[in-house]
Amino acid sequence: MYGMLTRRNVITLLMSIELILNSVNINFVAFNKYLYPEKLEGLFFTIFIITIAAAEAAVAIAIIINLYRSHQSIDVDDVNELKW
Amino acid sequence: MDISQIIFYCTATFILVTAFLAVTAAKIFRSTIWLLFSLFGIASLYYWMDLQFIAAVQTVVYVGGIVVLIIFSIFLTHKANDAMPKPPLIRQVLAALASLFGIALVLHLVYHHVFITPPTTIINANIDTIGFQLISTEKGGYSLPFELASILLLASLIGCIVIAMRQGTAKVNSVD
Repeated sequence: MYGMLTRRNVITLLMSIELILNSVNINFVAFNKYLYPEKLEGLFFTIFIITIAAAEAAVAIAIIINLYRSHQSIDVDDVNELKW
Repeated sequence: MDISQIIFYCTATFILVTAFLAVTAAKIFRSTIWLLFSLFGIASLYYWMDLQFIAAVQTVVYVGGIVVLIIFSIFLTHKANDAMPKPPLIRQVLAALASLFGIALVLHLVYHHVFITPPTTIINANIDTIGFQLISTEKGGYSLPFELASILLLASLIGCIVIAMRQGTAKVNSVD
């Protein structure tokens, strides 16, 4: 979370978001294994989070490529055209 | 303190150290490699918890897919080896305070919660159990999210291609 709030490069921001999603995955799986060992819901939620994180990372990379083409920079402070 | 606890603490320390290095490294390629190490550490943690399928899925999708995608995008935006500019100090301090507050909240909740001992019927999470439940349509089955996830992946694939497509031919025509 520190990385997501601090990083200026958009790609490192994406990496920090992936770390956050991974930590949530570990939480789900650990709670499933140690508190509810007769069910598998946490495991399935983790599988779906991994899937959706992969799709979201792909869309984010496409947006970053488009951003680089229009601004020639991938710093989050340089995309301030909608700021007042 | 038996060996399985020692392995857990070593793996957890490895994950935390590499993740911290990943968010604070100055050069972007080093940050990516630290992310790679922390994702491997998380996969080994899943393996330690007897969840071989999730460990394999994590390795293939995250390490073999997302990190490779990130490396591609780094090379496409031409900034592979320069040091990145540091964020302003006030932003670093505030972000560190927010993260520490989050950690303190989570630790407080974990230590003050009464965890109930579960009933002792343990289901074995091997791959055929997971597979049967993933596509079953009875209560507790996951076939609807499975189909929705496939539609989502198709939509995101098409979306990525549309967003990142070059409008080259349109520009060439208008220059004439």
